[in-house]
Amino acid sequence: MKIVVCIKRVPDTEARIRIASDGKTIDPAGIKFVISPYDEFALETALRLKEASGSGEVLAVSVGESTTGEQLRSALAMGADGAVLLKGRTSCDGLATAYALAAEIREQNADLVLLGMKAVDGDQQQVGPMLAGLLDLPCVTVAASVEIEGESVVCHREIEGGVEVVEAPLPAVVTITKGDFEPRYPSLKGIMAAKKKPLAEKDAQLGPSRLEVRELVPPPERPAGRIVGEGVDAVPELVRLLREEAKVL
Amino acid sequence: MNVLAVVEQRDGTLRRSSAEAVTAAKSIADAQGGVVHALLIAPDAGDAASLGTYGADTIHVASGAGAGRYDPDVFSATVAERVQAGDYFAVIFIASSQGRDLAPRVAARLDVPLAADATALAVEAGELIITRPVYAGRAFSKVVLNAEPRLLSIRPNTFRPAEANAAGTVENVSISTVTPRVTVRETRASEGARMDVGEAPIIVSGGRGLKGPEHWPLLEALRDALGSSAALGASRAVVDAGWRPHAEQVGQTGKTVSPQLYFAIGISGAMQHLAGMRSARTIVAINKDRDAPIFKIADYGLVGDAHEVLPALAEEIRKGS
Repeated sequence: MKIVVCIKRVPDTEARIRIASDGKTIDPAGIKFVISPYDEFALETALRLKEASGSGEVLAVSVGESTTGEQLRSALAMGADGAVLLKGRTSCDGLATAYALAAEIREQNADLVLLGMKAVDGDQQQVGPMLAGLLDLPCVTVAASVEIEGESVVCHREIEGGVEVVEAPLPAVVTITKGDFEPRYPSLKGIMAAKKKPLAEKDAQLGPSRLEVRELVPPPERPAGRIVGEGVDAVPELVRLLREEAKVL
Repeated sequence: MNVLAVVEQRDGTLRRSSAEAVTAAKSIADAQGGVVHALLIAPDAGDAASLGTYGADTIHVASGAGAGRYDPDVFSATVAERVQAGDYFAVIFIASSQGRDLAPRVAARLDVPLAADATALAVEAGELIITRPVYAGRAFSKVVLNAEPRLLSIRPNTFRPAEANAAGTVENVSISTVTPRVTVRETRASEGARMDVGEAPIIVSGGRGLKGPEHWPLLEALRDALGSSAALGASRAVVDAGWRPHAEQVGQTGKTVSPQLYFAIGISGAMQHLAGMRSARTIVAINKDRDAPIFKIADYGLVGDAHEVLPALAEEIRKGS
């Protein structure tokens, strides 16, 4: 079983976001970059599937500039067997990224492709299903658990108001949400071993970027907060304001 | 040129966000000198004709075998076939859990880009400018799509349905005959879950200040007092502690939300939580700590112990409704 996990380099979720002087991108100065948290869940899922079956291969793939090598090394330290950096400048056009991933995955003959259900920077939730479309593979999104049963993948999905258990024939693309476990930390042994593992570099065959950023702006300011009162005594006034001033009840 | 709104029905009734999608489509169609079409995939038209009230000229209804349950292959092929049959300037999806699954699949079928989760739209000099949150709401990106049609999804609750008289003619179209590849074995309803936190117009969120999962009935009572459009949310801290499921998490590693009304209860307001909910129309915070960061952005703050305040609040809301 060969599992490809697609990961993305993103700013840490606690990072302070400042807009760069071009007014279209963020200023990377002082920002810690990490593997997007949902992609870490995807990698953890892949490693567990490999461990459960006792054999197989986990390959981490990312599209990005040379700095993305850091996140691929982290993936290797967590336990991926190999990594491929598709060098190129990513944009917010998920289809352009999906093109580059699809070109690589076609060569890899993967049985299963896992991705985070979204990247926490762009938050578009689109690369996984687009990739599946380009590869003409079945796709399951927002899976909290993944199991292999024979020639199929069985997933528990978060859906509105419940959980759905679905099955798709392999090869398939699955996007992962947080499940019952946390991603492992790389062990010291893992970090040492990662230095000897293969990290290939290729030019990314990105599609045309047709989603063009015109401007990046800070979120709209909210009026300064106001405290209505203290304790149970303030409840009638709070409800009156919600009804008569905010008109939301 | 015309604009297509892909709408959703649930239990035979249009979802509120369907009117929002038609309203958003109408604003673009007006600027383009076109009309709005809607597409509904459902066992029957139900109340689909009512979308005329919001400006839908024609409502295409794809019914028949396979229309009753969302299948990603069948639904995405049906939408793609409809889009190819029309000459649309833009196609608008709802960024619901279904729409977020569907839209990128349609984009791949049509080989066009997708701008997801728009919170504002404007047509300037013939160009569609789409505003969408990035970094979980810590910045907003204004983007254009250099392709036709322009595919985008809109965030639930951000486009207020506006009345506009249009014909609302229902036309039947065929559902795609592609073969489904993903089969559903089983569906289990979660206990107490009624509405997805990402789509609910009212959210009651709890944090560590509640002191333990055993106190959630207090939040549930408030939610119930607020009616069927209210959903429960949770901070990252309580999800990490295992008190609540991840599906309820609001914030950068959960859902970013824009409800009409957001209650933050016992949530101090970590940056990644504030980012995920600060575009709510009205924010109410209840916290024991007067210096909690959440009070800086709350329209209405109440300093107090949630265990005492919540029952009184639920009672007071019930009284007036």
